[in-house]
Amino acid sequence: MEVGQMQRTWIEYTKSLFSEGFLDAQFTQLQLLQDESNPDFVVEVVSLFFEDSERLLNDLTRALDQPIVDFKKVDAHVHQLKGSSSSIGAQRVKNACIGFRNFCEQQNAEACLRCLQQVKQEYYLVKNKLETLIRLEQQIVAAGGSVPMEELSF
Amino acid sequence: MDAAIVAGSSCSSSNKVVSMADFGDEPHVLAVDDNLIDRKLVEKLLKNSSCKVTTAENALRAVEYLGLGDDKKNSTTAADIASKVNLIITDYCMPGMTGYELLKKVKESSNFREVPVVIVSSENIPTRINKCLEEGAQMFMLKPLKQSDVAKIRCDVLNCRG
Repeated sequence: MEVGQMQRTWIEYTKSLFSEGFLDAQFTQLQLLQDESNPDFVVEVVSLFFEDSERLLNDLTRALDQPIVDFKKVDAHVHQLKGSSSSIGAQRVKNACIGFRNFCEQQNAEACLRCLQQVKQEYYLVKNKLETLIRLEQQIVAAGGSVPMEELSF
Repeated sequence: MDAAIVAGSSCSSSNKVVSMADFGDEPHVLAVDDNLIDRKLVEKLLKNSSCKVTTAENALRAVEYLGLGDDKKNSTTAADIASKVNLIITDYCMPGMTGYELLKKVKESSNFREVPVVIVSSENIPTRINKCLEEGAQMFMLKPLKQSDVAKIRCDVLNCRG
Protein backbone atom coordinates (compact mmCIF):
# COMPACT_ATOMS: atom_id res chain seq x y z
CA MET A 1 0.00 0.00 0.00
CA GLU A 2 1.44 3.36 -0.92
CA VAL A 3 1.88 6.22 1.51
CA GLY A 4 -0.98 8.38 0.21
CA GLN A 5 -3.41 5.50 0.66
CA MET A 6 -2.14 4.82 4.18
CA GLN A 7 -2.50 8.48 5.07
CA ARG A 8 -6.08 8.55 3.81
CA THR A 9 -6.85 5.43 5.85
CA TRP A 10 -5.34 7.11 8.91
CA ILE A 11 -7.43 10.24 8.43
CA GLU A 12 -10.67 8.28 8.04
CA TYR A 13 -9.91 6.02 10.97
CA THR A 14 -9.02 8.93 13.25
CA LYS A 15 -12.18 10.81 12.29
CA SER A 16 -14.30 7.75 13.05
CA LEU A 17 -12.77 7.42 16.51
CA PHE A 18 -13.87 10.97 17.25
CA SER A 19 -17.31 10.71 15.70
CA GLU A 20 -18.03 7.45 17.53
CA GLY A 21 -17.07 9.08 20.80
CA PHE A 22 -14.10 6.88 21.63
CA LEU A 23 -11.84 9.91 21.69
CA ASP A 24 -12.48 13.56 22.45
CA ALA A 25 -10.67 16.86 21.95
CA GLN A 26 -8.15 16.09 24.66
CA PHE A 27 -6.62 13.42 22.42
CA THR A 28 -6.09 16.08 19.77
CA GLN A 29 -4.22 18.10 22.39
CA LEU A 30 -1.87 15.15 22.84
CA GLN A 31 -1.31 14.85 19.10
CA LEU A 32 -0.54 18.55 18.89
CA LEU A 33 2.07 18.17 21.63
CA GLN A 34 4.05 15.70 19.56
CA ASP A 35 6.95 17.30 17.72
CA GLU A 36 10.48 16.63 16.49
CA SER A 37 11.90 16.93 19.99
CA ASN A 38 9.39 14.35 21.19
CA PRO A 39 8.29 12.28 18.18
CA ASP A 40 6.95 9.42 20.31
CA PHE A 41 5.01 11.49 22.80
CA VAL A 42 1.58 10.08 21.96
CA VAL A 43 2.81 6.50 22.01
CA GLU A 44 4.52 7.11 25.36
CA VAL A 45 1.47 8.63 26.98
CA VAL A 46 -0.86 6.00 25.55
CA SER A 47 1.45 3.21 26.77
CA LEU A 48 1.48 4.73 30.25
CA PHE A 49 -2.29 4.87 30.11
CA PHE A 50 -2.51 1.17 29.22
CA GLU A 51 -0.20 0.14 32.06
CA ASP A 52 -1.86 2.39 34.58
CA SER A 53 -5.38 1.37 33.59
CA GLU A 54 -4.70 -2.34 33.68
CA ARG A 55 -3.23 -2.00 37.14
CA LEU A 56 -6.28 -0.03 38.30
CA LEU A 57 -8.72 -2.50 36.74
CA ASN A 58 -6.96 -5.34 38.60
CA ASP A 59 -7.12 -3.38 41.82
CA LEU A 60 -10.81 -2.69 41.26
CA THR A 61 -11.57 -6.33 40.56
CA ARG A 62 -9.80 -7.34 43.78
CA ALA A 63 -11.44 -4.61 45.84
CA LEU A 64 -14.94 -5.54 44.68
CA ASP A 65 -14.22 -9.21 45.31
CA GLN A 66 -13.77 -8.68 49.05
CA PRO A 67 -16.45 -10.03 51.41
CA ILE A 68 -16.75 -6.52 52.82
CA VAL A 69 -16.21 -3.92 50.12
CA ASP A 70 -14.22 -0.82 50.99
CA PHE A 71 -16.11 1.69 48.84
CA LYS A 72 -13.72 4.51 49.61
CA LYS A 73 -10.90 2.49 48.18
CA VAL A 74 -12.97 1.52 45.14
CA ASP A 75 -13.89 5.17 44.60
CA ALA A 76 -10.24 6.23 44.88
CA HIS A 77 -9.27 3.79 42.11
CA VAL A 78 -12.14 4.91 39.89
CA HIS A 79 -11.17 8.54 40.48
CA GLN A 80 -7.66 7.76 39.24
CA LEU A 81 -8.95 5.96 36.18
CA LYS A 82 -11.37 8.76 35.43
CA GLY A 83 -8.50 11.22 35.65
CA SER A 84 -6.20 9.29 33.35
CA SER A 85 -8.84 8.55 30.76
CA SER A 86 -9.92 12.18 30.80
CA SER A 87 -6.33 13.34 30.33
CA ILE A 88 -5.75 11.26 27.23
CA GLY A 89 -9.19 11.87 25.78
CA ALA A 90 -10.61 8.36 26.21
CA GLN A 91 -14.12 9.76 26.48
CA ARG A 92 -16.17 6.59 26.83
CA VAL A 93 -13.94 5.22 29.57
CA LYS A 94 -14.17 8.53 31.39
CA ASN A 95 -17.96 8.57 31.15
CA ALA A 96 -18.19 5.00 32.41
CA CYS A 97 -16.12 6.06 35.41
CA ILE A 98 -18.44 8.94 36.22
CA GLY A 99 -21.41 6.57 36.57
CA PHE A 100 -19.26 4.18 38.55
CA ARG A 101 -18.42 6.83 41.16
CA ASN A 102 -22.09 7.52 41.79
CA PHE A 103 -22.65 3.89 42.74
CA CYS A 104 -19.59 3.94 44.98
CA GLU A 105 -21.17 6.81 46.82
CA GLN A 106 -24.37 4.81 47.19
CA GLN A 107 -22.31 1.83 48.35
CA ASN A 108 -24.12 -0.39 45.86
CA ALA A 109 -21.82 -3.37 45.32
CA GLU A 110 -23.88 -5.02 42.60
CA ALA A 111 -24.16 -1.86 40.57
CA CYS A 112 -20.43 -1.29 41.04
CA LEU A 113 -19.69 -4.71 39.63
CA ARG A 114 -21.82 -3.92 36.60
CA CYS A 115 -19.97 -0.63 36.19
CA LEU A 116 -16.64 -2.38 36.42
CA GLN A 117 -17.69 -4.66 33.58
CA GLN A 118 -18.69 -1.68 31.53
CA VAL A 119 -15.47 0.20 32.23
CA LYS A 120 -13.43 -2.89 31.28
CA GLN A 121 -15.36 -3.22 28.06
CA GLU A 122 -14.84 0.41 27.13
CA TYR A 123 -11.19 0.23 28.08
CA TYR A 124 -10.46 -2.81 25.91
CA LEU A 125 -12.35 -1.25 23.02
CA VAL A 126 -10.37 1.98 23.12
CA LYS A 127 -7.14 0.09 23.71
CA ASN A 128 -7.74 -1.89 20.56
CA LYS A 129 -8.58 1.26 18.59
CA LEU A 130 -5.53 3.15 19.81
CA GLU A 131 -3.22 0.23 19.04
CA THR A 132 -4.62 0.12 15.51
CA LEU A 133 -4.14 3.86 15.13
CA ILE A 134 -0.55 3.72 16.35
CA ARG A 135 0.19 0.81 14.03
CA LEU A 136 -1.14 2.84 11.10
CA GLU A 137 1.09 5.75 12.07
CA GLN A 138 4.14 3.54 12.34
CA GLN A 139 3.45 2.07 8.90
CA ILE A 140 3.21 5.54 7.38
CA VAL A 141 6.50 6.61 8.95
CA ALA A 142 8.21 3.35 7.99
CA ALA A 143 7.17 3.96 4.39
CA GLY A 144 8.85 7.35 4.52
CA GLY A 145 5.69 9.43 4.93
CA SER A 146 4.45 11.69 7.68
CA VAL A 147 1.27 11.50 9.70
CA PRO A 148 -1.09 14.18 8.32
CA MET A 149 -2.14 15.77 11.66
CA GLU A 150 -3.09 18.98 9.89
CA GLU A 151 -5.97 17.18 8.17
CA LEU A 152 -7.78 16.82 11.48
CA SER A 153 -9.83 19.98 11.33
CA PHE A 154 -13.41 18.97 12.02
CA MET B 1 -17.10 22.70 28.00
CA ASP B 2 -14.08 24.91 28.32
CA ALA B 3 -11.92 24.71 31.41
CA ALA B 4 -13.04 27.19 34.00
CA ILE B 5 -10.19 29.52 34.65
CA VAL B 6 -10.64 31.48 37.81
CA ALA B 7 -8.04 34.02 38.77
CA GLY B 8 -7.65 35.53 42.21
CA SER B 9 -8.27 39.22 42.61
CA SER B 10 -4.54 39.91 42.88
CA CYS B 11 -4.05 38.74 39.33
CA SER B 12 -4.75 41.53 36.89
CA SER B 13 -3.01 43.55 34.26
CA SER B 14 -1.28 45.60 36.94
CA ASN B 15 0.60 42.49 37.94
CA LYS B 16 2.12 42.04 41.29
CA VAL B 17 5.72 41.54 40.18
CA VAL B 18 6.99 38.21 41.33
CA SER B 19 9.90 39.29 43.49
CA MET B 20 12.26 36.46 42.86
CA ALA B 21 15.60 35.98 41.22
CA ASP B 22 15.25 36.75 37.55
CA PHE B 23 14.50 33.51 35.77
CA GLY B 24 15.25 34.83 32.31
CA ASP B 25 13.16 33.07 29.73
CA GLU B 26 13.00 29.70 31.44
CA PRO B 27 11.02 29.75 34.68
CA HIS B 28 11.38 26.73 36.89
CA VAL B 29 8.08 25.09 37.70
CA LEU B 30 7.39 22.46 40.35
CA ALA B 31 4.47 20.31 39.19
CA VAL B 32 2.79 18.11 41.79
CA ASP B 33 0.31 15.38 40.84
CA ASP B 34 -0.23 11.80 41.98
CA ASN B 35 -1.45 10.72 38.54
CA LEU B 36 1.35 9.50 36.29
CA ILE B 37 -0.33 10.48 33.03
CA ASP B 38 -1.14 13.96 34.31
CA ARG B 39 2.46 14.44 35.42
CA LYS B 40 3.73 13.53 31.99
CA LEU B 41 1.20 15.78 30.32
CA VAL B 42 1.85 18.84 32.48
CA GLU B 43 5.58 18.37 32.09
CA LYS B 44 5.28 18.39 28.30
CA LEU B 45 2.91 21.34 28.29
CA LEU B 46 5.31 23.32 30.47
CA LYS B 47 8.39 22.36 28.46
CA ASN B 48 6.57 23.45 25.32
CA SER B 49 6.18 26.83 27.03
CA SER B 50 9.92 27.05 27.69
CA CYS B 51 9.77 26.15 31.34
CA LYS B 52 12.15 24.00 33.31
CA VAL B 53 10.13 21.37 35.11
CA THR B 54 10.53 19.35 38.28
CA THR B 55 7.72 16.92 39.04
CA ALA B 56 6.67 15.47 42.39
CA GLU B 57 4.31 12.53 42.79
CA ASN B 58 2.73 13.80 45.98
CA ALA B 59 2.67 16.81 48.30
CA LEU B 60 5.12 15.26 50.77
CA ARG B 61 7.76 14.92 48.08
CA ALA B 62 7.10 18.53 47.09
CA VAL B 63 7.53 19.62 50.72
CA GLU B 64 10.81 17.70 50.93
CA TYR B 65 12.05 19.17 47.67
CA LEU B 66 11.28 22.68 48.83
CA GLY B 67 12.93 22.06 52.18
CA LEU B 68 9.77 22.77 54.14
CA GLY B 69 9.88 19.45 55.93
CA ASP B 70 10.46 18.95 59.64
CA ASP B 71 13.97 17.75 58.98
CA LYS B 72 15.70 21.09 59.47
CA LYS B 73 19.12 19.63 58.67
CA ASN B 74 18.33 19.41 55.00
CA SER B 75 16.30 22.56 54.66
CA THR B 76 19.15 24.93 53.81
CA THR B 77 20.54 22.96 50.90
CA ALA B 78 17.14 22.08 49.54
CA ALA B 79 15.97 25.66 49.95
CA ASP B 80 18.97 26.89 47.99
CA ILE B 81 18.13 24.64 45.09
CA ALA B 82 14.47 25.37 45.33
CA SER B 83 14.91 29.14 45.69
CA LYS B 84 14.80 29.04 41.95
CA VAL B 85 11.24 27.64 41.89
CA ASN B 86 9.19 30.31 40.19
CA LEU B 87 5.82 28.59 40.19
CA ILE B 88 4.11 25.65 41.81
CA ILE B 89 1.31 23.85 39.98
CA THR B 90 -0.41 21.31 42.14
CA ASP B 91 -3.32 18.92 41.85
CA TYR B 92 -5.94 19.38 44.55
CA CYS B 93 -6.93 15.75 45.22
CA MET B 94 -3.92 13.78 46.36
CA PRO B 95 -3.59 11.04 48.96
CA GLY B 96 -1.99 12.04 52.25
CA MET B 97 -1.52 15.79 51.96
CA THR B 98 -3.86 17.56 49.55
CA GLY B 99 -2.91 20.37 47.19
CA TYR B 100 -4.77 22.74 49.48
CA GLU B 101 -2.64 21.70 52.45
CA LEU B 102 0.48 22.08 50.33
CA LEU B 103 -0.69 25.56 49.37
CA LYS B 104 -1.06 26.48 53.04
CA LYS B 105 2.41 25.19 53.86
CA VAL B 106 3.91 27.19 51.02
CA LYS B 107 2.11 30.38 52.04
CA GLU B 108 3.19 29.92 55.66
CA SER B 109 6.83 29.62 54.71
CA SER B 110 9.05 32.70 54.71
CA ASN B 111 11.13 31.32 51.84
CA PHE B 112 8.30 30.46 49.50
CA ARG B 113 5.25 32.53 50.34
CA GLU B 114 5.87 34.75 47.31
CA VAL B 115 5.94 31.79 44.92
CA PRO B 116 2.69 31.72 42.98
CA VAL B 117 0.69 28.54 43.38
CA VAL B 118 -1.78 27.31 40.80
CA ILE B 119 -4.23 24.64 41.89
CA VAL B 120 -5.65 22.22 39.32
CA SER B 121 -8.54 19.83 39.77
CA SER B 122 -10.74 17.57 37.69
CA GLU B 123 -13.74 18.74 39.70
CA ASN B 124 -15.45 22.10 39.38
CA ILE B 125 -16.55 22.75 42.96
CA PRO B 126 -17.06 26.46 43.78
CA THR B 127 -16.46 26.09 47.52
CA ARG B 128 -13.20 24.31 46.77
CA ILE B 129 -12.15 27.00 44.31
CA ASN B 130 -12.95 29.82 46.75
CA LYS B 131 -11.15 28.07 49.58
CA CYS B 132 -7.99 27.86 47.50
CA LEU B 133 -8.15 31.42 46.27
CA GLU B 134 -8.73 32.69 49.80
CA GLU B 135 -5.70 30.78 50.99
CA GLY B 136 -3.60 32.57 48.39
CA ALA B 137 -3.68 30.44 45.25
CA GLN B 138 -3.02 32.59 42.22
CA MET B 139 -5.31 30.58 39.99
CA PHE B 140 -7.52 27.54 39.93
CA MET B 141 -7.83 25.53 36.74
CA LEU B 142 -9.74 22.51 35.58
CA LYS B 143 -8.03 19.36 34.35
CA PRO B 144 -7.18 18.17 31.86
CA LEU B 145 -4.92 21.10 31.06
CA LYS B 146 -4.52 22.27 27.50
CA GLN B 147 -1.70 24.22 25.89
CA SER B 148 -3.83 27.39 26.03
CA ASP B 149 -4.23 26.96 29.81
CA VAL B 150 -0.49 26.77 30.27
CA ALA B 151 0.01 29.76 27.97
CA LYS B 152 -2.38 31.71 30.17
CA ILE B 153 -0.50 30.70 33.31
CA ARG B 154 2.78 31.66 31.67
CA CYS B 155 1.40 35.05 30.76
CA ASP B 156 -0.72 35.96 33.76
CA VAL B 157 1.30 34.42 36.54
CA LEU B 158 4.84 34.57 35.24
CA ASN B 159 4.48 37.73 33.11
CA CYS B 160 4.82 36.99 29.41
CA ARG B 161 8.40 36.93 28.33
CA GLY B 162 9.85 36.23 24.87
